[in-house]
Amino acid sequence: MTQYIVLSAILFTIGCVGVLTRRNAIVVFMCVELMLNACNLALVTFAKQHGNLDGQVAAFFVMVVAAAEVVIGLAIIMTIFRTRRSASVDDASLLKY
Amino acid sequence: MNEFIKPTVEYFELWPLLVVFGVACVGVMLEAFAPRSVRYLAQVLLTVGGLVAALVGVVLIAQDTDVHQDGVARGVLAMSGTIAVDGPTLFIWGLVLLLAIAGTLLFAERHLDGGVSAFAGQAAALPGTEAEREASTKGLDHTEVYPLLMFAVFGMMLFPAANDLLTMFVGLEVLSLPLYLLCGLARRRRLLSQEAALKYFLLGAFSSGFFLYGVALVYGYAGSMQFAAINEAVRNDTGNTALLLVGVGLLSVGLFFKVGAAPFQAWTPDVYQGAPTPVTAFMAAGTKVAAFGALLRLFYVAFGADRWSWQPMMWVIAILTMMVGAVLAITQTDVKRLLAYSSVAHTGFLLTGVLGVQQSSALAEGEISALQAVLFYLATYGFATLGAFAVVSLVRDSGGEATALSRWAGLGKESPVVAGVFAFFLLAMAGIPLTSGFVGKLAVFSVALAAGAWPVVIAAVLASVIAAFLYVRVIKAMYFDEPVGEGPTVAYPSVLTATTIALGAAVTLMLGILPGPLLDLAALAGEFIR
Repeated sequence: MTQYIVLSAILFTIGCVGVLTRRNAIVVFMCVELMLNACNLALVTFAKQHGNLDGQVAAFFVMVVAAAEVVIGLAIIMTIFRTRRSASVDDASLLKY
Repeated sequence: MNEFIKPTVEYFELWPLLVVFGVACVGVMLEAFAPRSVRYLAQVLLTVGGLVAALVGVVLIAQDTDVHQDGVARGVLAMSGTIAVDGPTLFIWGLVLLLAIAGTLLFAERHLDGGVSAFAGQAAALPGTEAEREASTKGLDHTEVYPLLMFAVFGMMLFPAANDLLTMFVGLEVLSLPLYLLCGLARRRRLLSQEAALKYFLLGAFSSGFFLYGVALVYGYAGSMQFAAINEAVRNDTGNTALLLVGVGLLSVGLFFKVGAAPFQAWTPDVYQGAPTPVTAFMAAGTKVAAFGALLRLFYVAFGADRWSWQPMMWVIAILTMMVGAVLAITQTDVKRLLAYSSVAHTGFLLTGVLGVQQSSALAEGEISALQAVLFYLATYGFATLGAFAVVSLVRDSGGEATALSRWAGLGKESPVVAGVFAFFLLAMAGIPLTSGFVGKLAVFSVALAAGAWPVVIAAVLASVIAAFLYVRVIKAMYFDEPVGEGPTVAYPSVLTATTIALGAAVTLMLGILPGPLLDLAALAGEFIR
């Protein structure tokens, strides 16, 4: 059991570090998805450990939410790429201070 | 493994939720099938009608609630215990619906910009191209904003009513996703608007990842998603405490992001500035109300027994948020950013209230609990903010809204009424007596003081003083500074925006002079179902 939790924590950390260091909006977004999947792994593991279904049901909900998030996220990244010809999060810097 | 039990649906108690969701779905259908010429009117009527029907439902439910089995709270647990329709939920539902009706009126305003709304004619057309010019000469309009608004309202109602972690997460996402899109749909300054949407989306998705990992860890600790079961596990100290502490921390990151508390406030000014002003007005007011409802329920119901481990964290966050909001607001040169930092400071004041005494049984006659003080403050903050942003949408120059503070110099000569109303909202935010802000601040400070959080209250008073300087600076610019060049012009609004501003000003004044009825209502809302 513990191994799965450790794995999920590692995946979550990789995703987290990726969001903070990568510069391409698509890659940042993929790292967020990795974080959500790490959560799913933890949820399913805990469901197995506690012997109830709550965590597994939650994992399905998370998948649906992640899919909805992809639709909206890619739409936003697409519009900004079309206007700026760049998906780098560093270039979008008109709003500051 | 557990047996499957057929859930019962409490249609009467869930009516406001169902009608809002239903209207949102009908709105999507209208976009698909109704001809373009009738869409605007149909969507506005449908949206306002749906919100009013939901509000009537809230009033009817509120008159009909019975005392719950626990003997303290009033209301019922619906949908197999996943949604709690209790007093605080109904108060927040009513508040969110009123703010949403006012927000819809701002969305529908077409008088300020020559017959078109504040939203992009065609969001897919690139800025500065032939396609965009064509869309604007044809007077195209994205009427999809109304169903998106309704979905966001649905999320705002589900989020504070959620009685388990999964429902809370779903509510959080349903609230956020439509708002990400709405932020990117401004008609003018589209690059800023799109950038705001990108920033809000990436940071929002990042923070909901933290929230979800917190959900997983707390579930691992308690073995259940239900708040009552989590509370039971915390009380009996079963399970691994490390899981609980890390889980609570991660859940707080997600919630503090949504309410805009430091150090997770960085998105607030960018998004508030870049988003179309009607969206900013609705989002600033509605999101904060909903997220504070959820935060209170999570910390009081699920982690109420573990108060001693989260309260120190909340102390630090509250002080930090107030100071960051008040100090950074002084350096701002844009009215929308300034209001954004002021809303960060208000988050700090609200968190001060969250630290107050929780149990109404521990209070003397006539005192209010922390929950009730925060609910009251949310009402005062919501209407003042909505009104202030509505005023911002009136002050314009040839490039659209003139949000630079330097352009506001001399507004008092140009339009005494608009400048006067804006000054009144600023005074309310500063907490001057005879405005709602004074009573709200008094309420949250006194509950925090009663709970012994005097260092936070001292910091709050200091932050209020710093913030007051800033509001007075804006008022001075409007009345005593000479206008630069042409000076600002004030567009004459249609009855829609005028109604919203009048509503905001009236509520702000009424709650300042006569706070009794709303305080009674908050007291009547009572406690959460535990």
